[in-house]
Formats: sequence, structure tokens, C-alpha cells
Amino acid sequence: MHGHGWKWLLCTPALIVLLLAASGPLLIVAVYSFLSPGNMGGVVWEFSLEAWFRVFFRRDIFEPDLVEWNRAHLQVFWRSIWLSLQTTFICAVLGFPTAWFIATRPRHTRTIWLFLITIPFWTNLLIRTFAIQEMIRNNGTVNAVLMWSGLIDSPIQMMFTEFAVLLGMAYVFLPLMVLPLYAAMEKMDFSLVEAGYDLYASRLNVLWHVILPQVKPGFIAGSILVFIPAIGAYVTPRVLGGGRTMMLGNLIALQFGQGRNWPLGAALAMLMLVVVVGALIFYLRVVGRNDEARRG
Amino acid sequence: MARSRFSITRLPGFGLIAVLTFVMLYLPIIILVVFSFNAGVSQSRWDGFSLQWYQAAFNNAQVRDVSLRSLWLAVTAASIATMLATLAALGTTRVGRFPGQTMIYALINQPLMVPEIVTGIALLIFVAAIKVQTGYTGMGYLVAAHTAFCIPFAYLPIRARLETLDNALEAAAADLYASPIQAFRYITLPLMVPGILAGFMLGFVISLDTVVITEFVKSAGQDTLPTYMLGQLRRTVTPEMNAIATLFLALSLIVVTAFFLITRTRGR
Repeated sequence: MHGHGWKWLLCTPALIVLLLAASGPLLIVAVYSFLSPGNMGGVVWEFSLEAWFRVFFRRDIFEPDLVEWNRAHLQVFWRSIWLSLQTTFICAVLGFPTAWFIATRPRHTRTIWLFLITIPFWTNLLIRTFAIQEMIRNNGTVNAVLMWSGLIDSPIQMMFTEFAVLLGMAYVFLPLMVLPLYAAMEKMDFSLVEAGYDLYASRLNVLWHVILPQVKPGFIAGSILVFIPAIGAYVTPRVLGGGRTMMLGNLIALQFGQGRNWPLGAALAMLMLVVVVGALIFYLRVVGRNDEARRG
Repeated sequence: MARSRFSITRLPGFGLIAVLTFVMLYLPIIILVVFSFNAGVSQSRWDGFSLQWYQAAFNNAQVRDVSLRSLWLAVTAASIATMLATLAALGTTRVGRFPGQTMIYALINQPLMVPEIVTGIALLIFVAAIKVQTGYTGMGYLVAAHTAFCIPFAYLPIRARLETLDNALEAAAADLYASPIQAFRYITLPLMVPGILAGFMLGFVISLDTVVITEFVKSAGQDTLPTYMLGQLRRTVTPEMNAIATLFLALSLIVVTAFFLITRTRGR
């Protein structure tokens, strides 16, 4: 029992599977992004920076020396970031009151409310996206209700728009914001809130100067937890959006389908990974700093 | 704490937004379920109660096919992942820090951090290369991919359970001349069972939900229920899809509820 060998031995089977079917393939993606594309998909084993070049730039078809920004790609990047930020914002605006509501329930009912937030989190993302599709289709529930009430004469086109993607992502990722916010509120010192009111602070003042500083770590955790899957979204924009609302995940998938440019797809995937890891490092640093500050 | 009429936990409008959020969260799912029992084809007009769409789903050979494949895959992947995660948890819990521990944690949690689409295309590339070399096109790829993806989910509850176990129990067994194997078999393992069960359930639900990875790893004729649904959503959807989704939802709900009950009794 003295060496560390047996600990490693117990972990080995799991690590082998993870290396073979999760971490290892990521390294291959990195390698593939520096190769040349094959004609029918796949790669030719020739070193090339073309894929990384084409992530951001494009050459003129007739004059290969004429280089310009790849506007189509930049548009997709911008849409991915903007929609993810908006999703995070919507989830924060709805998630904060919801988490507060749960945290201030009496102890025995709190578990039920918490369970109600957790259920959607564990149910299939595709089914929840499908449920949204049924709501906002041209002959879906929302349009039927609006037309029945006489507010509109013809259905509003909501599917295949950025609005649909935004709605779907906010709907699907909301629990990821509520849960860390709730965790932060549960640990909150409510006597400070009481002290604030004793000192004649208004509700807004208490919210801003007493409550928000205390739940800030939960806010940051929730924002990162929503932002990361939003940036990586594939199913929701594929089902609710269309060709004009493509996000980074769909652009990556396209290169392995009709695009038949695996190196470009690999380079785009590495780009997504960099953004996600960057967000994670930012999160760990901020949380780490908060922990240090609390410990004094 | 005495409650005065002035509640310190009240913030104006918050209750309303919270209740509306809960309604918005559940309304689409409830409507989806309700219209799976609709007699007509419409998803917005109620034509009376009927089970015809469930009948249609059960009689649809392809739906039966993909459902059975999903269940088989989820049970297989979750079982393997739970075994591997149990061993890994025994190796990393209650042992103090040891060199390489951080790396093991990073590897175990890696599938949680990388977007599914990136894992998906990475596996697509890797699997394509192996297929060319070996010619094997069976379910092994999907089992491996799902197992790896389930490991972090299975690991979490098992590790949490192990951490609550009292080392003194094993020490007491040793004092009573139990061999380390006997102590593990009769003391540690039975106490780990709730964690292992919970780990299996999480793995099962996660495997059942996995769409993107399956979509990119599967060979022809290896559709699972989620990839089948993803393909169907592009077409005109009949309430048969609602019926399938409802059954799927019910299964997840049962497993998640059981998971909650198991992990809650643990706390008491």
C-alpha cells in the first residue's frame, strides 16, 4: 500500500478509454488542421497552413494573390458570439429572480422547486428543442393562439430566424444559470440583508449593494456554464435555424459533410476549443481570486 | 426567526418573473405531451383523445429498431463506464494527494469541458482512420464513444459517496482479522452501492440523450432514437413524433427521479 502504483492501476482502464475515445482524437484534430484536404473528404498527408488561412481569409478565384477577409466565416463567428452573449443575458435576467424565488421558499418546498428546475436539465435537449419548434412553427401553438385571438391574420414566421435560435438556446440552457445562482444564494448571509434594511436602505440598494456582491460568484459560474454550451451549440441552431442563421458548430459540421474540407473543419474546431478553454480559464481565475479574497 | 410583516426576502416582481419562468419552462413540454394524445394531425387544434399516435409509433418498425438500439447502447455504455468509474474513484478518493492526480482529474472531466461537436468530429476523423485500417464497422465505436462520455457523469456520484465513508469501518474490519479483500467485499462495496447505482443512472440518461457524438460516429444503419428524431424533425412532423418524445421523456423522468431518491436518502 506504500507506492502510488496501485492508484494508477485502478485508474488505468478508465484512462485508456478516455484517451482512446475522448482526449486522443482531439490531438488528431489538431494535426489534421495542418494537412491538405482530400478530394472526397479526408486528408492528404501534406503539411499546409491553408486551412488556418481559410478560417479568416479567402483568395479571389481569378486572382489568387488577391486576399480578402472571409466575410461568410466572420459573420458566423460574430453571430455565434453575439447569440451566445444574448442567451447568457436572457438566462441571467430570468434566472436571477427564479433562483431567488427558490432560495427564499421554506425548506420543505424548496426541494420541489429545485427538482422542477433540474428535470429539464436532465431531459433530452433534442426533445426540448422539438417542443420549442412545435410552439413557434407557422402552424404551431403560438401562431394558432395569436390568430384565434384576432391579433394577427397570417402566421408570423419565427422558425429559421435568429430569434428562434436565441429562444431555443435560452430555453435549453436556463437551468445552467439557475443552479449555480441558487447555490450562491443558499450560502448567502441573510442577516446582512436584514442589516441593510435596518439601516434604512431601499430594496434596490439592498439588491445592488448587499445581495449582488454576495452572489457574484454564482453569476459568473452561471454565465460561463451558459456561454460555453451556447458557443458550442449544434442541435438547436440546426433544428430551429436555417442556412442563414448558421453558428460555428454548424459551420464545422458542414466541412465534414457537403464542404468536404476536413482540415478547414479541424481548424474551425480548434478555434472553438480555444474560445471554450479561454472562457474556462477566465472563470477559474475569477473564482480563484474570489476564493482568495474571501480567505483574506 | 420571527417573521414581521416586512419580509427581508421579498423583492418586488421577482416572484412573478420566477413563476412565469417556470410556466415557460414547462408549457412547451406539456403541450408536446398533450398533443401526442390528439386524435387529429394538428399540433394546435384539439380533435379529441386518441392513442393512435402511440399505436403508430409501436407499429413503426424503424422506431422500434432505433429505440432498442438506444436502450442497448445506453445500458452497455453506462455499465462499462460505471465499472471503470468505480475503479477510478477507488484510486483517487481517500488516498491523499499523489503525483499525477491533477492530470487524472483533468482527463476524467475532459468530456464535460469540450463541446460535443468538437468531440464528435474528432471521433469521426479517428473512426474513419480505424475503419480504413481494420474494416470493422460494428457498434464498438459507438460503445467506446458513449462509454468515454459517460465516465465523468458516473464518476461524480461514486466519488461523492466514497468521500462520505468512514475509514474507521475498514479499520474495524481489519481489527477483526478481515483481509483487505474481505473488508472491501463485505464493508466498502456494499456501502458504495447507492453511489454506484446513481452513477449508472446518470450514465444511462446521458448516453440516452447523446445526439451530436452519435450523429458523427455512427455508421450506416446505426441510428439511435435521438439521431432518428433529428433526421425526422426536418420533415413534416406528425404527432407520432410527440408520442415518441413523450415516451422518451417518461423514461428519462423515471430514471432521474430514482436518481434523486437514491442520492437524497444518502444524505439522511
